Amino acid sequence: MSTKFGRLVPLVFSKRGFSTSTSVQKGGGGSEEGLKSLNLCSAINQALHIALDSDPRSYVFGEDVSFGGVFRCTTGLADQFGKKRVFNTPLCEQGIVGFGIGLAAMGNRAIAEIQFADYIFPAFDQIVNEAAKFRYRSGNQFNCGGLTVRAPYGAVGHGGHYHSQSPEAFFCHVPGIKVVIPRSPRQAKGLLLSCIRDPNPVVFFEPKWLYRLAVEEVPEDDYMLPLSEAEVIRQGSDVTLVGWGAQLAIMEQACLDAEKEGISCELIDLKTLIPWDKETVESSVNKTGRLLVSHEAPITGGFGAEISASIVERCFSRLEAPVARICGLDTPFPLVFEPFYMPTKNKILDAIKSTVKY
Amino acid sequence: MASWLLGRSSRILIHQHHHLHKKYLPFLLGPFLNHNNSSCSSFPSTEPFRCRDAFPGKNSSPTLFRFSRHESTKAEAQLELEQDVATEDEPNQVIDFPGGKVGFTSEMRFISESPEKRVPCYRVLDDNGEIVKYSNYVQVSKEMGVKMYSDMVTLQTMDNIFYEVQRQGRISFYLTQMGEEAVNIASAAALAPDDIILPQYREPGVLLWRGFTLQQFVHQCFGNTHDFGKGRQMPIHYGSNQHNYFTVSSPIATQLPQAVGAAYSLKMDGKSACAVTFCGDGATSEGDFHAAMNFAAVMEAPVVFICRNNGWAISTPVEDQFRSDGIVVKGKAYGIWSIRVDGNDALAVYSAVHTAREIAIKEKRPVLIEALTYRVGHHSTSDDSTKYRGTDEIEYWKMARNPVNRFKRWVERNGWWSDKDELELRSSVRKQLMHAIQVAEKAQKPPLQDLFNDVYDQIPSNLQEQERLIRKTIEKHPKDYPSDVPL
Repeated sequence: MSTKFGRLVPLVFSKRGFSTSTSVQKGGGGSEEGLKSLNLCSAINQALHIALDSDPRSYVFGEDVSFGGVFRCTTGLADQFGKKRVFNTPLCEQGIVGFGIGLAAMGNRAIAEIQFADYIFPAFDQIVNEAAKFRYRSGNQFNCGGLTVRAPYGAVGHGGHYHSQSPEAFFCHVPGIKVVIPRSPRQAKGLLLSCIRDPNPVVFFEPKWLYRLAVEEVPEDDYMLPLSEAEVIRQGSDVTLVGWGAQLAIMEQACLDAEKEGISCELIDLKTLIPWDKETVESSVNKTGRLLVSHEAPITGGFGAEISASIVERCFSRLEAPVARICGLDTPFPLVFEPFYMPTKNKILDAIKSTVKY
Repeated sequence: MASWLLGRSSRILIHQHHHLHKKYLPFLLGPFLNHNNSSCSSFPSTEPFRCRDAFPGKNSSPTLFRFSRHESTKAEAQLELEQDVATEDEPNQVIDFPGGKVGFTSEMRFISESPEKRVPCYRVLDDNGEIVKYSNYVQVSKEMGVKMYSDMVTLQTMDNIFYEVQRQGRISFYLTQMGEEAVNIASAAALAPDDIILPQYREPGVLLWRGFTLQQFVHQCFGNTHDFGKGRQMPIHYGSNQHNYFTVSSPIATQLPQAVGAAYSLKMDGKSACAVTFCGDGATSEGDFHAAMNFAAVMEAPVVFICRNNGWAISTPVEDQFRSDGIVVKGKAYGIWSIRVDGNDALAVYSAVHTAREIAIKEKRPVLIEALTYRVGHHSTSDDSTKYRGTDEIEYWKMARNPVNRFKRWVERNGWWSDKDELELRSSVRKQLMHAIQVAEKAQKPPLQDLFNDVYDQIPSNLQEQERLIRKTIEKHPKDYPSDVPL
């Protein structure tokens, strides 16, 4: 088995990498030609360029997107496509999403940006009560399927309470929307294009730790990766690990260390949290007999609980150990205590060993 | 790397700016803001004028209080509003601020919350159904006038019958339009079929005007298999894509910023149409109202906001809702053209909406209309409004200021309508509704499949599994489930 790693940009305070491992190329960008080395924010930028170029009814809007956005994901878009299609809005998240719903309901592709996932909550009512229920409540007479809400997401080393959150679980309890989180530049581009073109409203979370840190070869052409399909990025036989976003890189390191101790780990990138790919995880756990889920968000009420309960229901007779959840603590996200808060490699490694020894 | 830090700093800077702004507001902004002096807001000489003190006999009966409040909105003549002081104290002293040039003043003056005279209310028909002298209004043809009146009567009849049907337990919920028929029908009459409607919930008259049949209204209230909404929402949550009437939802004010997005789409498509969205006075307290008004102005969106200020948000009177001069003054703060209209005057509503629509489309800008009216009926069938307001107040608006009666007088005076026509119309609508109800009550509920359809465009595997499970349970325990839902 060969695993392929992108080149890490060396940074003094960098302690983390990103996961681009792939054991099976499921439509992962087609041919190996036409590749270019990109980081995550450039891959996002490329996806947005393609979306705006391929559909004249697509729009990108939000706070500060016109000059290129605070993470540079929208660089060059306003110049190329015009300020009527790529534009700043007033500073108001509920307005951004409400506006996007109206735009999408008229048949447009509305790509709304919420500057940090931590500030998506002012739009929670518009997302939960409106976007998610728009088609259903109208008997399919109306829909806002063209809406995609993208937001920087996850820890960044020093974001404190309001620049580090992973709010995905709040949205996973909402029928009618999709929640998608990529782990790398190549994945981000393909998944984002799928979200933008999906006929359902989607919340797309971008692991901001990886915006510049994660670099890999990304196909320059248009390609889409399927939603609601998990990917086994590392084959194993002793224990199944499930994660998403930047956390996969941490989990991968734990897998490597576990392998040195004779434990064979299978690593799955969930990618889409709702509707999620139960079949792939179930199949894996039926093989390994053990499950460990890890996410940065707090453990109580985190999406790991849904995965855990579902797998226990479906694989009960196969499980050889309790499902392990290695997650953020049940505290607000702390500044100076971030190293203690995060579900680190060694926390995961210890759990892998406990699970296998159970 | 630098950009990344810039991004975070940018966000943090925003917060710091807010803090600074808030902290130093009185000192920094006071002098500039008070350049636009109101005659009654001079700091040392007089106490600032307060809107709620405008009405004498505050402690008198609710009826008298209401009379006083609304009488002040009569606009027998165009009145001069607060006079802006055009001249600057020091004509050569100007700060060239990013938000525009602002002159200096050495006088410390605070703008009062409300001018001495309230914004006047545009009116065409007086209470006797006669055209007010010198009225500037859009003409209505006989055909249009008769249809307007007929639809107002139809709305009334629908309300009376549906209300009783709910009391009999045949439908679960209902909400009447009593007292607000003119706002409903006259607004609709002034619009074009291509205009996109985003309603709150007390505007089914717009859908009626556009051709939604009585039978379809009934189907939705009964939630049967013919309901376009497939029986998923409470009664009165109507919607029709054929009629460009977005499906109603219960959360208040959420449709307002959505209307701005829809309007922006119409503008970008070069359509000769606008978005029109309705809300009550209570909805203006929601954050989405603020979002919508601001986005509409900044985005230069062709949207008409129509606020039905009927005095109440369930049991909450307007003085517990805001302390400004109603809703119309809020438009100016956002940079939106605004007008206050007698909501019980069908001709005034028609003229204002007609003109607002033209402005929105031609100039690609939002317009705000505050229609002053009164909620004659209970808030809904779940409310008994006599618990918080006097019956004499209700009777006053129901009888003396009834919008349907007022318009009827005008239509009759024109020779377009007769007593015979009235009897025939009311009888006909009543029969149609009774028949429609019989049809709807006999119809089946939507099929079980519709519990699972339309959550997404396709049914995901988890929902497919859940459907299989519920079907097995139904097969095993059929008596646990209603028999009028086809499986």
